[in-house]
Amino acid sequence: MNDYRDLTTREAFGRSIAELGNSNPDIVVLDADLSRSTMTKYFAQAHPDRFIECGLTEQNMIGIAAGLASCGKIPFASTFAVFASSRCFDQVRMSIAQPKANVKIVATHGGITVGEDGSSHQAIEDIGMYCLLPNFRVIVPADSVETVEVIKAAAMTHGPFYIRLGRSKSPVVYGGACDFQLGKASMLREGKDATIIANGIMVSKAMDAATSLSTCGIDCRVINMSTVKPVDKETILDAARETGAIVTAEEHLLHGGLGSIVAQLLASECPTPLESLGINDVYCKSGKPEDLLEIQGLTASGIYDSVKKVMARKRSK
Amino acid sequence: MDENKTADLEAMARKLRRHVINMIYTAGSGHPGGSLSAADIVTALYFKVMRHDPHNPHWEDRDRFILSKGHAAPILYAALGECGYFPIEWFTTLRKTGSCLQGHTDSNLTPGVDASAGSLGQGLSIGIGMALAARLNKKTYHTFVLLGDGECEEGQVWEAALTAPNLKINNLTAIVDYNGIQLDGFTRDIMDLEPFIAKWNAFKWDIIEIDGHDMGQIISALTKAKTAQSKLTVIIAHTVKGKGVSFMENNVDFHGKAPNKAETEQALKELA
Ligand SMILES: Cc1ncc(C[n+]2csc(CCOP(=O)(O)OP(=O)(O)O)c2C)c(N)n1
Repeated sequence: MNDYRDLTTREAFGRSIAELGNSNPDIVVLDADLSRSTMTKYFAQAHPDRFIECGLTEQNMIGIAAGLASCGKIPFASTFAVFASSRCFDQVRMSIAQPKANVKIVATHGGITVGEDGSSHQAIEDIGMYCLLPNFRVIVPADSVETVEVIKAAAMTHGPFYIRLGRSKSPVVYGGACDFQLGKASMLREGKDATIIANGIMVSKAMDAATSLSTCGIDCRVINMSTVKPVDKETILDAARETGAIVTAEEHLLHGGLGSIVAQLLASECPTPLESLGINDVYCKSGKPEDLLEIQGLTASGIYDSVKKVMARKRSK
Repeated sequence: MDENKTADLEAMARKLRRHVINMIYTAGSGHPGGSLSAADIVTALYFKVMRHDPHNPHWEDRDRFILSKGHAAPILYAALGECGYFPIEWFTTLRKTGSCLQGHTDSNLTPGVDASAGSLGQGLSIGIGMALAARLNKKTYHTFVLLGDGECEEGQVWEAALTAPNLKINNLTAIVDYNGIQLDGFTRDIMDLEPFIAKWNAFKWDIIEIDGHDMGQIISALTKAKTAQSKLTVIIAHTVKGKGVSFMENNVDFHGKAPNKAETEQALKELA
């Protein structure tokens, strides 16, 4: 196996799907004029007969993928996350979600770290949209190592998947092995005072925040909730019971994603002080990825502050 | 048309191309290829054909322009800045935090931008809406929509193409920047559009085919389309992606890549 650590998540996806194609002849890959960006170009080079270039026809691509799946193929359809969600939502709903088609949608350039391209290209609604769809599994890997494991799991597991990747390089979370299990969160750091639940690029920021918090005596648990749907309820409820304070962090709108799902679960099963970090009902603008994250408070220090806040609420309960 | 006037417009188009190169170089990212291929068409629209007032960007009677291929925003910004919609000093802020010049067109932020774009395929429908509003409001303005050829693969383009004649739209002109390249490669290899003219014909549009870099042909086609109020016209403009910069011409790599310093100097020399 190649070392994927230093790659972007999309690069890791491109290389690993090309490799999986060697051993699994049922895997087909579709793209909509973005194979140079989503990195499906590696699969196109390795398996030209099983690569379908759909051109600028995202809705059509989803339908073709559904048709292929209904005949036993394992289609991986790729485009940018904005187009994979907003552009094809009805096609995804009708042709993939409802019939439980075995289609894996791998969307790259998710979130605001697309940066300079601006709001038209920044997918901030995609996770919420896909979580709304019955039968879908929605996964946001933390780094390139986890991405490879997620792609493998998706190829082996029947049913619709939405996998959201980024454009820029995600900091390494899994320096060594990653034991990704579908539907199971992974606890990256033990802790008893509060819990940070994050996914995607926010996981490494959560780890940084936990390190700083430990220097002022706060023992913070960190959970990588890469599978947003179906969410790992047990791990969330254990954290609520054992630490009594929760912070969520995601590169997505506050509504509809990880924060909403955690809030709903806690409210109904174990009311616990909760602070959520995300994008608060606005479209963002062009700019450097790190600046945009800073503006939205999606930083290690933003998480740090939220943990302090949620712990104050826990104490005053 | 007066030969001097054509030469002036050609000089302006070169100037706008230089702005595009400088802007994208300074930003460090952006789409030079499709900005350069559309440069002559955009120049003709803003400096000759369209009725508009840079001091009054929301003027109700202005002709509308929709850059449906929103990634070519730099060429539109270059034209708007040179017209005086905003100071040309804004050019150096392209794609930066806090800028009014976003990576893709944003009608909230940029004076003179009539429609937000960036997700391809949507502009012709918006244009039909503007054209219908002109009819309902008894206005005489004309709406121009510029599309990419790759963009014409989107289904919505053909839904709009089907709708316009059904709604008897005759105050709108579509222009296709037919440069033969999209993102993954040459359009003929990715998703061939040919026979393209026959498709628009079958959808009941009148067609004018031109060399999209010949200023005389561009002006006469746009003027004819604008004044022929009984017809719905699409101008198929044959263009070269990256036009004007030798190493960008017909080069897929410069669809969405900024030139480096040496390339920028070379490009500006060629566009002098
Ligand atoms: C709906 C949608 N899908 C994909 C993209 C990504 N994308 C941006 S430009 C481009 C190629 C466009 O080709 P064309 O319309 O021919 O533009 P031009 O060559 O004139 O730049 C693609 C695929 C997009 N902006 N919108």
